[in-house]
Amino acid sequence: MTTFGLARSGPPRRRIVGTPAAWLVWGAVIFFLLNVLGVVGSVVVNSFGTHWFGGWLPDGVTGRWYAEAWQDFGLLELIIVTVEVCAAVVALSLVIGVPAAYVLARRDFPGKKLVYLAFLLPILMPPITYGIPLATVLYKFGFAGNLSGVILANLVPAVPFVILTMTPFIEQIDPAIERAARMCGAGLREVFLRILTPLLIPGILAAGILVLVRTVGMFELTFLTAGPDSQTLIVALFYSMSAAGIRAQQSVDAMAVIYTGMMLVLLVIALRFVNPTQLVARVKEEPE
Amino acid sequence: MTERHGRREFGTLRLAGVGRRFGRHDALADLDLEIHRGEFIALLGPSGCGKSTALNCLAGLLPLTSGSIRLDDERIDVLPPERRGFGMVFQNYALFPHMSVRRNIAFGLRMRRMSKAEVRRRTEEAIRLVRLEEHADKLPGQLSGGQQQRVAIARAVVLEPSLVLMDEPLSNLDAKLRLEMRTEIRRLHQTLGLTTVYVTHDQEEALSLADRLVVLRDGRVQQVGTPEDLHTRPANWHVADFMGYRNLLRLTAGERTGGAIRVEGRGLRLEATPVGDIRSGQPVVAGVRPEDLVITDSADPGGNVVRATVDVVEYQGREHAVEAWTDDGVRLHIRSGRRPASGDEVTLRVDRARLLAFPDDLGSGPAPAEPEPPEGARQVAVAGRGLSA
Amino acid sequence: MTTVSPPAPTGTGSPPGPDPGLRHRLAERGIDRQLLLLVPAIVFIVGLFVYPFLYGLGLSFQPREGGGPFADYERFFTDPYQRDTIWKTLVLAVPAALLNVLASVPIAYRMRGRFRGKRLLTILLVVPITLGTVLTAEGLLNYLGPAGWFNRLLQSAGLVDEPIQLIGNYWGVFFSLVITGFPFAFLLILSYLSGIDPSLERAAATLGARWWDRFRHITLPLLAPGLATTFCLTFVLAFSVFPSAILVGNPAGETRVISIAAYQAAYEQYDYPFASTIAMIMAAVELAVIALVLLWRSRLYKGSTGGKG
Repeated sequence: MTTFGLARSGPPRRRIVGTPAAWLVWGAVIFFLLNVLGVVGSVVVNSFGTHWFGGWLPDGVTGRWYAEAWQDFGLLELIIVTVEVCAAVVALSLVIGVPAAYVLARRDFPGKKLVYLAFLLPILMPPITYGIPLATVLYKFGFAGNLSGVILANLVPAVPFVILTMTPFIEQIDPAIERAARMCGAGLREVFLRILTPLLIPGILAAGILVLVRTVGMFELTFLTAGPDSQTLIVALFYSMSAAGIRAQQSVDAMAVIYTGMMLVLLVIALRFVNPTQLVARVKEEPE
Repeated sequence: MTERHGRREFGTLRLAGVGRRFGRHDALADLDLEIHRGEFIALLGPSGCGKSTALNCLAGLLPLTSGSIRLDDERIDVLPPERRGFGMVFQNYALFPHMSVRRNIAFGLRMRRMSKAEVRRRTEEAIRLVRLEEHADKLPGQLSGGQQQRVAIARAVVLEPSLVLMDEPLSNLDAKLRLEMRTEIRRLHQTLGLTTVYVTHDQEEALSLADRLVVLRDGRVQQVGTPEDLHTRPANWHVADFMGYRNLLRLTAGERTGGAIRVEGRGLRLEATPVGDIRSGQPVVAGVRPEDLVITDSADPGGNVVRATVDVVEYQGREHAVEAWTDDGVRLHIRSGRRPASGDEVTLRVDRARLLAFPDDLGSGPAPAEPEPPEGARQVAVAGRGLSA
Repeated sequence: MTTVSPPAPTGTGSPPGPDPGLRHRLAERGIDRQLLLLVPAIVFIVGLFVYPFLYGLGLSFQPREGGGPFADYERFFTDPYQRDTIWKTLVLAVPAALLNVLASVPIAYRMRGRFRGKRLLTILLVVPITLGTVLTAEGLLNYLGPAGWFNRLLQSAGLVDEPIQLIGNYWGVFFSLVITGFPFAFLLILSYLSGIDPSLERAAATLGARWWDRFRHITLPLLAPGLATTFCLTFVLAFSVFPSAILVGNPAGETRVISIAAYQAAYEQYDYPFASTIAMIMAAVELAVIALVLLWRSRLYKGSTGGKG
């Protein structure tokens, strides 16, 4: 008790472990992580098991569910569609979003707040609320049910996300550098291509990867606009899960594992370029 | 470098009624100025006086709200910055961080679509000129402040622009480097003969570099003249304040005799030289530099003396900066060769020609932001308490 | 190049456009050609977000079965099967968002500052966010199911005799919201906390404040705006609950959330006006909650928190 009291009266730099409160906090975190591990782990284990009825582990190990899933779900085609959608969304959202982010970060003009709000709303609203009217409109113009509709729908949250991610990167470039380039005779286009783009590469990379991760995982909008030939992996996963009983549970799990693997690879790549917090929202964190 | 000349050879650059407004605020109003080829002009003034606005308007980085800028007969204020053919040196250098020194300097030449050989030749020449040969392949981040500044200057002059604009280029350097770079800039100007507009808030820098100075305050020109003009004959007390007249006393004009005028009030009664039209009974601001207040031991000092009590003494190398107070609570700044002790009673003599009386513009014309001369009176109350304690 | 007459801008090939006077006046207000860079994004957001939204709003006033512009709204609010979805969604989303935020505060408070393994921890926490709701649901089906590891553990520990029902009801959905929502809230709050200058708390300590006083009077007030933002974002996430409500909930009963109602109207009954009506109601409810929180937030101290960021 005395040491506890001493620790308290000292400077407020508490040690991470040691006090009962710290143990409680760590316990909660570890409990949470164990459950996450259980959730992911049971999918992985099930996908490799022959039969799993009661018991801690399945009876035997097999890889046949993967072969089955690959054939039955047409996984190759799903992956191709997913890659196509993601590549298009990333490229388009960067092309549209980066110049807009530049203007919003640098300039002041009448109606700026309104424009900002318009870009913020798609992030603040549940995808279903604008996804249903959007799907209706896309159907009206013949976009829904095919790849272009899925791409357009996924762009709606992607472009604002690019803008929000890019803004701090742009703000940290001294505007005098652009002015210096113009004084050297560079026009607007050259300033963008030769000065800003090279300096913004880290930001563009970060924004692109974040959009990629979010698009691969974006369920609602793809679900609402996709036709049979334009489903991404996550939507196909949902369909096979909700149509339970048609396929073996293990086969669905195999597909889930493939999806998980894809996501984790992306995550590992992403974390090389961005801070974990950036995956969540635009908040600066102290440098490690 | 000197055998090739800028593409836009000119005789006179004319600014007529140039103004820039931000919302309701006039950052710059009615700037009329003629700049002749080869001149070194300094825009001088405290922060927020509009000098950077003027420079940016000249560069084309800020559109004008009124007036015009002409290069001889051609109107250039409608051109974007990249088409005016001016060079600019920025306060924090604004070097392209992703390019080497060489590529930074070559950038403008490449933008002008010059041949590779020509770009290389002129770049190397500019690098030699600013003595950065061994650093040519480094990135700006690897250079010291002074070296970065030299790159920035080289980048601007390599284009042999018709006009070089410099925006407080020395303000981010330490005192020693600032002196060195000042000489460097002057040397470059003499070598290349490039017309230069230089913005600064440092009067010493402006006086030492420029052929002509433009003093700005609240967006308006206060005075245009040679360094000597401004040093000895400031046009009003704001300019005087800025040119080192640290003692600005708010007094009342008395009778005028020949070239002199009596100024009195707050226990003082002195002979001064009037600047502008001053009538008897009018409020005036009397200004004198600290070095022109001389401590005298003479038993009979004659006229034009002030008696004061020494308060704070600071050692400043060859001289001492002394702060003293009169019995009526007027603070005086003095520079003195010998060291008086705090509490000493001293007699100060001031040459009539060095004590300038300006009309107090309180309530007329562009009203000063502060009702009293800033240095002079603000601390009287504080000091009064300090003295009685 | 000689000038013909003084007022005409000479500019050899200067951009044709409004006369300099007008351009000056526009520039003074911050309008010039650079703003054109914004045009693609604005066209995009108007075409794909604002227009569809307004179209949906318009559609919601044109019910398929007629009966006046508000017939679909009336239909929604008079039918308890539909009306209750609002309540069901809020009962899921508000407690889940609150739990995520409130549990994050003490944990993040402990873990602010640097320690070994912090990066690893944040990476582990990002995993469930990245995986998304569909995969989490699939995992929960296995893990929390009657024969899953969780129930097996409880039974072997002797805590329960029968497997407890954790999926196919409210709790399944709630857990899925916590699993994806907690890391989200935690990472946000951690970064807000890191933005508060630690010397402020040290200063308070030198003035004699105990840890609770320091937290209550220094950290919490500075953190409160961040808490509000975090709550909003977590709430949006929870309020949008859709796939997990179907997969691990009871989509016909207690977890028939409002997005399911909207989806069914659109894709099972093909009643787009009614689906739009539900979407509009969903947006209104969500924005109302957010507006309330932001209103509370606007009354808080919003200035610098002493740290960076």
